[in-house]
Amino acid sequence: MKEVFVRLDRCLGCKSCENACAVEHSSGKSLIAALSEKPASLRRVYVEMVEGQKMPMICRHCKDASCVAVCRTGAMWQDPTSGVVDRHADKCVGCWMCAMVCPNGVIGQQKDARLAVKCDRCSGREVPACVEACPTHALIFSEEEEFSELLRKDAAARITRIYRARA
Amino acid sequence: MAKDVRDRSIDPASREMLDVCQRAGLETAWDRYEKQQPQCGFGELGLCCRNCNMGPCRIDPFGEGAIKGVCGATADIIVARNFLRSIAAGAAAHSDHARDVAHTFRAVARGEAPSYGIKDQAKLERLMKEYGVDTEIALADAVMAEFGMQDGPLQFTRRAPARRLALWKKLGIEPRGIDREIVECMHRTHMGVDNDYVSLILQGLRTSLADGWGGSMIATELQDVLFGTPAPTFSEANLGVLELNQVNVIVHGHEPLLSEMIVAAAADPQLLELAKKQGAAGINVAGICCTGNEVLMRHGVPAAGNFLQQELAVATGAVDAMVVDVQCIMPALGALAGCFHTKFISTSPKARFPGAVHIEFKEQTARETASAIVQTAVLNYKNRNPAKVHIPNEKSKAMVGFSVEAIVGALGGNLDPLIGAIKSGAVRGIGAVVGCNNPKIVHDYGHINMVKELIKKDVLVLTTGCNAQACAKAGLLLPEAADLAGEGLKGVCKALGIPPVLHMGSCVDISRILVAAAALANALGVDISDLPAAGAAPEWMSEKAVSIGAYVVGSGVFTVLGTVPPVLGSSAVAGLLTGGAKDVVGACFAVEPDPFKAALLMIDHIDRQRKKLGL
Repeated sequence: MKEVFVRLDRCLGCKSCENACAVEHSSGKSLIAALSEKPASLRRVYVEMVEGQKMPMICRHCKDASCVAVCRTGAMWQDPTSGVVDRHADKCVGCWMCAMVCPNGVIGQQKDARLAVKCDRCSGREVPACVEACPTHALIFSEEEEFSELLRKDAAARITRIYRARA
Repeated sequence: MAKDVRDRSIDPASREMLDVCQRAGLETAWDRYEKQQPQCGFGELGLCCRNCNMGPCRIDPFGEGAIKGVCGATADIIVARNFLRSIAAGAAAHSDHARDVAHTFRAVARGEAPSYGIKDQAKLERLMKEYGVDTEIALADAVMAEFGMQDGPLQFTRRAPARRLALWKKLGIEPRGIDREIVECMHRTHMGVDNDYVSLILQGLRTSLADGWGGSMIATELQDVLFGTPAPTFSEANLGVLELNQVNVIVHGHEPLLSEMIVAAAADPQLLELAKKQGAAGINVAGICCTGNEVLMRHGVPAAGNFLQQELAVATGAVDAMVVDVQCIMPALGALAGCFHTKFISTSPKARFPGAVHIEFKEQTARETASAIVQTAVLNYKNRNPAKVHIPNEKSKAMVGFSVEAIVGALGGNLDPLIGAIKSGAVRGIGAVVGCNNPKIVHDYGHINMVKELIKKDVLVLTTGCNAQACAKAGLLLPEAADLAGEGLKGVCKALGIPPVLHMGSCVDISRILVAAAALANALGVDISDLPAAGAAPEWMSEKAVSIGAYVVGSGVFTVLGTVPPVLGSSAVAGLLTGGAKDVVGACFAVEPDPFKAALLMIDHIDRQRKKLGL
């Protein structure tokens, strides 16, 4: 099952992922069209800056997700096959319980409509819009094993360079 | 969540007002800076290009994504082009300011600007001699011609030491005309023109020299002619200069053309009478940014603060009019002034702001415009809401007005005493500390700590701009501040009765520092790059500062920047600016946000220069 992973050393904080996310979740699906929509389309990924580190924060689609557990209307649900946590707009009553329990603070609010807003991993797209938009490949859409292998190879390359420089 | 104001400024008055702003829910640049976090890394590295519509393009600094723009431009090309455009904008700002002053001077020469006169006849005559002309009109025409000149040389570049001039010529960076260099920057950075980073940076140096030894120097010299060459005088600085019982008029921006008239209008008996009728005890003019420095230097008009204090001044609720001209005026002022009775008055046809009342300044009717503006402020006094007024007590005395002429005067008529002190080691060297404020650095922290560190180690500090105001507020511009200096510098200051930090004026007045450097180099028979001197801009933010940094380095002075310029996306460009340039123009940049470490870099450089000179 593919997930959105973040290579923390790669994020430059350009917020291309935020823009692409909002565009993907607009009706017009283009930046120009999205700009004139009301209510404005909301992003589901948040680039934060903490202690000098730029970090894209996005739903981790946790197993036995607490946002699903606390949802009293059944709006928040987890697809048993893909593991994607999503919410049914028609059932959401805007009680914000999900937002309160999310450990990563990645559940947003469409305030006028009292709707919880979160990453749906771009249903219908092969690669999520945020990943596709990332110019430095800080965001990676892959299986967990693939991602770890990528980090491992990066690390191995680093070590090799240091080793060769010293040898 | 309330932010700790101690993380935002070291200045007590600013901290007090930041507290007031937080309680009142008033937004400042610091809040907006936080909302901008994280800032785009491509922009920080200088790696995005918007120069043509095949783009915007950006280069992946990690090399995995795009390493070339659509046109094929590499990181080196994009970074160098962006840097060149910054220099062009900065040089344009200073030089367009100079152009306005030159226009006013010509109008005076033609008898078309009755509000103005000639205040420094001796300087006027020296300039006429320098330009080889006999009349004021001919001088005005000759100065105006420098802007549109095609083949150079700019007259004031002749003030540089012969070796420097020869070097510029050899490198092909002797400016040919002020406007020409700026236009050429825009041409070269257009899609598909100059794509060699070295060639782009050299054009940047040439353009910046047209600013430092051209536009800025013209502005300084003609302002001296029209308004008087500054001489030492005392004044006060910080928000505490605002008066509870007087009409407060703040002049903010960069050009003294109007503010000179405002200062005069504020002393007009009729307007003073009107102020009394409104219940005010008088009319108090105070300055912010370099318009403030101009009237501080020439008239001892108190300084309300530096760049990051413009919003805090309005937030005192005691400003009856905030009068602005050009440059470094935050568009946020309109909305903020709207929370108070403050009239935010724009005056330049070039600079309009949301929420401002526009009272346009024209040189032919300058005095009348100034009177109308002061009258607006006076009539607004009664609208002040006492419940919203909060003026910090904090203010410091300062000795200001150190033009080159004034420094030479303080030294007894020539530079020999200073040269003697440098040779003996009493004065270790000269540090030129200038530049803006930037919320990336705790307000005034960079300025004050660097300057204190330098004087402690016997480095005489020359200052302008927002650094000068920071020093004024911290009491470093007083002769008594010599007690904070090392034994050598302290002795020299006490003997001459001068502060260890000399306020030389506004940011265009960095040209005064160039003149001083050239005079010192000539007196020692060396090039400027041989002097035991270093420059710094600990809290810089504007494109003008980029141009200044480039002309200071291009003139041969090692310069330390306190915030990182957007060039790190190209190791070639960054390497050239921070190393390679030394072999080309005899000086380079360094970047060091920590003011203590930055001061050490400057002192180390000064010591190396002393050794090379055999001192």
